[in-house]
Amino acid sequence: MRPILSSALPGVLPSFVAVLCLVMVLPVAIVAVLAFSGGTFLRFPPPSWSLRWFAAFFGDPRWRASLWSSLEIGGIACVAATFAGFLAAYALVRGTFRGKQLVLSLGLLPIIAPTIITSIALYYASARLGLVGNIVWIGLCHAVLALPVVLLILLSTLQGVDPQLERAALSLGSSRARTMWTVTVPLALPGIVSAALFAFLASFDELVVALFLTDVRTQTLPVRIWNSLHLEVEPTIAAVSAFLVAVTATVLAIDALLRHRGGTEA
Amino acid sequence: MSAGARGRTGLLLVPAALMFVVLFLLPMLWFFVRTLLIEVPPSSVPGLFAQVLASRPMQVAMLTTLWISVLVTAVALLLGYPIAFYLATRRGLRFSMVMFCIVVPYFTSVIVRTYSWMVLLGRNGVVNQVLMETGLIARPLPLLYNSFGIVVGMVYVLLPYMVLTLYAAIKAIDPSLPRAARALGGGRFYVFRRVYLPLSWHGVVSGSLIVLILGIGFFITPALMGGSGDVMVAMLVERSVEIMLDWQTAAVMSLVLLAATLMLYALYSRVTDLRRMMGA
Repeated sequence: MRPILSSALPGVLPSFVAVLCLVMVLPVAIVAVLAFSGGTFLRFPPPSWSLRWFAAFFGDPRWRASLWSSLEIGGIACVAATFAGFLAAYALVRGTFRGKQLVLSLGLLPIIAPTIITSIALYYASARLGLVGNIVWIGLCHAVLALPVVLLILLSTLQGVDPQLERAALSLGSSRARTMWTVTVPLALPGIVSAALFAFLASFDELVVALFLTDVRTQTLPVRIWNSLHLEVEPTIAAVSAFLVAVTATVLAIDALLRHRGGTEA
Repeated sequence: MSAGARGRTGLLLVPAALMFVVLFLLPMLWFFVRTLLIEVPPSSVPGLFAQVLASRPMQVAMLTTLWISVLVTAVALLLGYPIAFYLATRRGLRFSMVMFCIVVPYFTSVIVRTYSWMVLLGRNGVVNQVLMETGLIARPLPLLYNSFGIVVGMVYVLLPYMVLTLYAAIKAIDPSLPRAARALGGGRFYVFRRVYLPLSWHGVVSGSLIVLILGIGFFITPALMGGSGDVMVAMLVERSVEIMLDWQTAAVMSLVLLAATLMLYALYSRVTDLRRMMGA
């Protein structure tokens, strides 16, 4: 029995994995292709090719306003999460206080708790504080959701930074803050950039919190997609989706490039 | 390092802790305390819980949530293990290509991924078009707006978590162990069953738990891909707020869902090194 199995299996695993990989990539790829359709309906393959749906996307002031909101909120979330996340990761890696495991498991809660509950609670609080639709507020709320990702990336980055180098700087009279800025930050830079990129993506792609906290003026791209999906599956959404996928792919490519250059592995 | 400097390192946690408390913990507390202790007399809360938990929609939603999440977890495990195994035992181009296929959807917006499947599975969607044109079926299959659609969509979104967790677990196995088992005459399946599976078991458990945790709280995918009969608890919470404007009911449902999530998370953090969460 054993020889039969071992001779039968070799081809099975690679083909199974290949099929699954296709299934993973195809949906997103097909939508990206459909975005270039010249037709009014989502037919595959498209009857003709055009950029009309991208023109409809970028030509519509409301879609453009959503793009701006997404970028602004993503930028705020990225800066806030990376700043706070770096300091926290540093404390967790270098600090000697007790309860680190507890701090970490609490810190990951924002991605563990169902987003619908977080969103409703945030909406409940924001409505009473008059903060619904406030770009900075939404950016900061997104930063909390991005914090776990930043923490995970920077924890592994900072574990790779030799504490001896920091000790050397300290023993030569550099202050703690200066040591962190001139020794730790440059050494951890690839990880910091990577954390910042993923923090931006986490916000840029986030839907549920934005759904509750934005108003008509500030709704983000995912929120507008959500609202349009309830009306119809119009090809403009395919173009917006293709755009979002392109942003994700670009961010991943930059990240891969930086890691390759830096020669570090997370 | 002086004792003082060491003690102050903890201060660096302050910005993150502030953000966490002000933008996550306090709103949550405020919401639950006000809706369940201040806006209604506290004595009526047990009755409220009993009423919500006994209501038909909530019971159906809890059952739906449970079976869909368990099914999604099982499917993700069955599909994810072979991929993770392949990734852990390959290098170079093949490794990179498979990893790329897993990671790109992982970082793509959930709304885009869900929309993609809607385009594929719809009545006039790509899958039905292809099946009809090849003559395999005469009428479009109902692939969307039912529990099948939800399961497909959720497995698609959650599979990367499973794969990355399992990959880390299988990768950590000392390769000389399966090699020794093979050299001593064990067949591939035998080596898988007696060496890989037991040694990656903690990965199986923590991968399943993370998918289950995220699955029971899912909102976007079931809301868009499910039919009118497939309401999950998260959707019920949203409806109570958006349509009924019933904050009390929403708070009770949220507490139930949150309690289930936190219990699973407590279990998860016991079996998982959180720093390795999702293969980071």
